[in-house]
Amino acid sequence: MHTMIANAPPLLQARQLVFARNDEPVFGPLDFQVSAGEALLVQGGNGSGKTTLLRVLAGLLGASSGSVHVNGKPAEREAIATHTALLGHLLGHKGELSADENLQFALGLYGQREGISRSEALEQVGLAGFEDTFARTLSAGQKKRLALARLLLVPAPLWLMDEPYANLDLQGIALVNGMIERHVQAGGAALITSHGAYATPAVRTRLLELSHG
Amino acid sequence: MAEATARTALLALLRRDLLLVWRRRGDALQPVLFAVLTITLFPLALGSDAAFLARIAAGVIWVAVVLAGMLSLDALFRSDLDDGSLEQLLLSPQPLALLIFGKVLVHWLTTAVPVLLATPLFAAMLQLDSNLYAVLLLSLLLGTPLLSLIGAVVVALTVGMKRSGMLLALLALPLYVPVLIFGAGSVMAAAQGLPYLGALLVLGAALALALVLAPLAAAAAIRIALS
Repeated sequence: MHTMIANAPPLLQARQLVFARNDEPVFGPLDFQVSAGEALLVQGGNGSGKTTLLRVLAGLLGASSGSVHVNGKPAEREAIATHTALLGHLLGHKGELSADENLQFALGLYGQREGISRSEALEQVGLAGFEDTFARTLSAGQKKRLALARLLLVPAPLWLMDEPYANLDLQGIALVNGMIERHVQAGGAALITSHGAYATPAVRTRLLELSHG
Repeated sequence: MAEATARTALLALLRRDLLLVWRRRGDALQPVLFAVLTITLFPLALGSDAAFLARIAAGVIWVAVVLAGMLSLDALFRSDLDDGSLEQLLLSPQPLALLIFGKVLVHWLTTAVPVLLATPLFAAMLQLDSNLYAVLLLSLLLGTPLLSLIGAVVVALTVGMKRSGMLLALLALPLYVPVLIFGAGSVMAAAQGLPYLGALLVLGAALALALVLAPLAAAAAIRIALS
């Protein structure tokens, strides 16, 4: 893959990254990097290891070999936790809590980004007026939007987004792309996995193809 | 930017978990209801010989408390695992052991404390000598948090498995037995006029040890279980 020489170290850099489960390689070796101000689109079919890659980068799984650097330093749990926010398949909402209470809890854990309030974030993802609605009564798409609001609020610069377009209507897909564009233009970065060709955000985007085997 | 510190994270977790228990308060009553039912059945099955009931009272109450605690153990991390919020705890920049300590604290407050509050009722139903009441309560106060902490480590070890109920009971029971022996034993000793303080001190020492080590062990076990 083409690498760019930049002054600041890339937010995330993987070198010869391999993950194997029971000696069966899931992906890799992979070399890629994401810098502030750009997005990385990870494409691959079902079972090509996209989710596993994200879980390795988020620090939930240990890589079999190779290295991950965050901000130029070897990735340690602390650095990963403060620099990345994961949007996974399990959204982590409590059904018995309202949308606002769910966000409040996330902010207690992760801290809050400057210049955005919970109600503003809910409004940006199209959930204005749903503050006091229990998360269990939200539709699948609305739950996804609530998880997107969490990404907007936490201070982590790098978003790890696993299939962010799933469950969303056309409007929702445009919303995700708009969110990513604004985040990247503001100096953030995003790593997005996708199995299909959706309209990608209009920002500087690198492409990483995962193929099985 | 509002920085998240370990303190804000712990407070947020306590607030959320207590709120969740309140919203599902029907489920939360299950352990205390189980203990009440068990203890009600004993006098019915064994007859109303007050002296005999008084002799077995401490043992029966302790067994009921241990089993009631085990009943609610599986729920400690289950819902957090299923909806992905356990993953969010793992990914947060906060010490996982502290967050797990918070979860265990809420678990103890909402499952063991109601049972503790019902002990006067249990003591009366089983004709427990009123002189022994203080010793029983003290042994339960030291013993129940210890059971919750030990339980948390065992649940953390089995959290990745789909149907872990049976395994959980098998793993937890041998670890619960010493707590039961010292807890019920202290009341038995007091009933016979023997020194009972030693057993309580052992429980206290074990609790102090578990308060420090159990959250760390549970945190490590969860990281392994989720990878």
